[in-house]
Amino acid sequence: MTAIEGQQLIPFATTLEPGTSRDNKTGSWRNLRPEYVQNLPPCNDSCPAGENIQAWLSHVQRGDFHGAWQEIVKNNPLPATMGRVCYHPCQSGCNRKMTDGSVQINATEKYIGDRALEQGWQFEPPEKPTGNRVLVIGGGPGGLSAAYHLRRAGHTVTIFEGMPALGGMLRYGIPSYRLPREILDAEIDRILAMGIEVRTNTRVHDIKQVMRSEGFHAVFTAVGNWLPNRVDVVSKAKTPVLDGIDVLRKVETGEDHGMKGSVVVWGGGNTAVDVARVALRVTGERPKLILRRDMEHMRAHPEEVQDALDEGVQFFNLHTIHEVRDGEVVLERMQADDRGRPFPTGRYVTVAAGSVVMALGQSAELGVMEKMGITQSGDWEVPVSPGMMTSVPGIFAGGDMVPSIRTVTAAIGHGKKAARNIDLWLNDQPVSERRERTIATFERMNTAYYPDVETNHRPKFEAGERIYDFREVKGGLTEQQAIQEAQRCMSCGNCMECDNCYGFCPDNAIIKLGAGEGFKIDYDYCKGCGICATECPLGALDMVMETI
Amino acid sequence: MQSQILHFPAKEAMIIGQQTGDRTISNRLADTADSLQGAAERSNALDSGHRACQGCGEALGARHAIDTALDTTDGELVVVNATGCLEVFSTPYPQSAWRTPWIHSLFGNAAAVASGVAQSFRIQGKENVRVIAQGGDGGTTDIGMGCLSGMFERNEDVLYICYNNEAYMNTGVQRSSQTPGAARTATTMPVGEHPGNRFGTGKSVPKIAMAHGIPYVATANIANPRDLEAKVRKAMSIRGARYIEVFVPCPLGWGTASCDTIKVARQALNCGLTPLYEAEYGEITAVNKIAPSETVGAYLKSQRRFAHVFKRGNEHQLEAIQAIADANIRAFDLVESK
Repeated sequence: MTAIEGQQLIPFATTLEPGTSRDNKTGSWRNLRPEYVQNLPPCNDSCPAGENIQAWLSHVQRGDFHGAWQEIVKNNPLPATMGRVCYHPCQSGCNRKMTDGSVQINATEKYIGDRALEQGWQFEPPEKPTGNRVLVIGGGPGGLSAAYHLRRAGHTVTIFEGMPALGGMLRYGIPSYRLPREILDAEIDRILAMGIEVRTNTRVHDIKQVMRSEGFHAVFTAVGNWLPNRVDVVSKAKTPVLDGIDVLRKVETGEDHGMKGSVVVWGGGNTAVDVARVALRVTGERPKLILRRDMEHMRAHPEEVQDALDEGVQFFNLHTIHEVRDGEVVLERMQADDRGRPFPTGRYVTVAAGSVVMALGQSAELGVMEKMGITQSGDWEVPVSPGMMTSVPGIFAGGDMVPSIRTVTAAIGHGKKAARNIDLWLNDQPVSERRERTIATFERMNTAYYPDVETNHRPKFEAGERIYDFREVKGGLTEQQAIQEAQRCMSCGNCMECDNCYGFCPDNAIIKLGAGEGFKIDYDYCKGCGICATECPLGALDMVMETI
Repeated sequence: MQSQILHFPAKEAMIIGQQTGDRTISNRLADTADSLQGAAERSNALDSGHRACQGCGEALGARHAIDTALDTTDGELVVVNATGCLEVFSTPYPQSAWRTPWIHSLFGNAAAVASGVAQSFRIQGKENVRVIAQGGDGGTTDIGMGCLSGMFERNEDVLYICYNNEAYMNTGVQRSSQTPGAARTATTMPVGEHPGNRFGTGKSVPKIAMAHGIPYVATANIANPRDLEAKVRKAMSIRGARYIEVFVPCPLGWGTASCDTIKVARQALNCGLTPLYEAEYGEITAVNKIAPSETVGAYLKSQRRFAHVFKRGNEHQLEAIQAIADANIRAFDLVESK
């Protein structure tokens, strides 16, 4: 303002003091409000062991392998093992399969597991013992997982194992070219080092009696599926007819397995493929795999099937065994309808056979369960509650013997879940409710923000090199490759602080709270345009209707 | 004014392959410095409370550009604004959203006013104070063209930033010399034999600027904020007349959803309609490559102003727009050769 001869001259319409636009609360324009959400990434959702894969990958992204290992073993105590044998449903769930290929989660887990063994990382023993004694029947993946989680919770754990060594299917079912035994041994030893008593060569015939005599407060049983399913085949011949699961066990223990000549394997699951590949290695002759369905409807994992094909296993798809004769097998051709169901054709073909192995699935030996009235004669699996408890209070069950997808990973998940529920049960607490979470689906992502990056795969020995012995077929990722794979993780559904919401808000209505703290929205100024939600690469913002 | 000095080497911090690479505003895995718009300390030159529509691309582009210029000059900056949306929504009397010295005169004279401001600082020996002129496409490429050409020709020490949203949005979406062929505006309605704006009209002001032989000309797009920041930084490191044209979608004028502003801009970028390049003294020095896949269809589909090109009988319009994109791809060699 200027003054002339004492009189203030104020120009017209400028009597107001200029001020800041912040007086204008544009938040009142809004009819949709952005809200930060945390959704369940599909990898975590599809992991039967319940690993928080996204969390441990984020440690690997920065090269923090110890942090990653600690995150994995919150759920799965066997990462080096599972990094080899898991059929990685996480990678089938991975949203990145829609762009440039799933993150190689399994191979990265193997790298971390191997690194932990190299570095000698150990589990912490529990801080406070609870004084509760828990019996684990069966030292396979389910039992080991339960023992580990129960021990972490402070309980005193004893494992009864019927075989001479722990591991169950991992040791006596999965061939060592997929899982070297020194890896399995080292990971089992690391669990036992937490202070777990083990009795091998010990079978339980009466659970109640063992509980009473030894003072156990709860039992987890996971004895696995070891009874081979059989089908009647016409056989008056001397050609031996063997069972797949027995053959695999005997090859491991060094007993006489009975396979000779060209082995004919009957079955289309993972056991059948394992038997065929083992037969190739012990007999040196090309085995034949007889499969009632076509290749598309095979139950075995596609990668295992491809490995078997590469190694020279002959596949007879749409065939079934009609008769076993001396030194040969008569196969009947099948025909698939449009849904893939096989039907007999009445046409036959004869192939040479040194021995026949049936790998048509397994079921559980449930005599002990029947004795307690948990199952009845004719049952082939044990019903359990959502908390993994059988109909008898305090007796829990898991692994292949309960209804599930019957994989090692599922067993590890069962062990963890049962351990948590045993802990709750011992403390008279109710079973915790499952929290429903929104899945971070591909449709919620904005993948324009993820450049295509080549996938790193585990290297493999050439088929011609690997079929003469039980050396591990696949190698591992390098440290650099493991980090690269982890950095391909898109962090679906959970903020990774890329600042897109903050940088793309036209109204400066996003407040940055600092590293690790995320953001908050200044609703005084947010006009609700929704750019933040659209441009969030991973879908961590929802636009919600405002109410008055 | 802000006193902190934040000198980020935006384009040098290449972090391709790490999760989002350099595509997001920040990359938490980068160990080198990241972009200014991800910094908690950015100056927010255009403050909250401005009255731009929801999802305004121009408001966003202006904040990105002026924040960067403030960073490079440690706050010693004067901004001259042409009339237009940006001026109207940021300074309704008595409020101002600008957190930097800012002046507005007329619709067409921003380049001339900025020239004068720059000359006065030079005469006062305050050459550390830098000057930016800014406006929309109407004020820059139509009404202000004479003053702009004069500023270029005299090589005044001014950076002129044009936020191009392809029409006069403030006054109700009338056609400008930047309105593309077929686009509907209030003055080019989608009726008759040639629905929407006529093809074969308009002009490229970056190319006109290049013809003046000025030290620096660049095109930018709000969907690539790191590139925009790098170009403003580069422009601020140079003395003399400079020109940057930023492509900024207008949800109101284009008939797009307010949430899709960046998405639409990205589609324009990826189909080749808005090539990004830099030129020094009249010669093109750099071109941003694009991935070869996208056609103009997705870009046009998300905008109501182009709805009629998808109607039966108007296929030639779609083809004509695709031909423009294809011509850009050829002229600027836009597609990365494998």
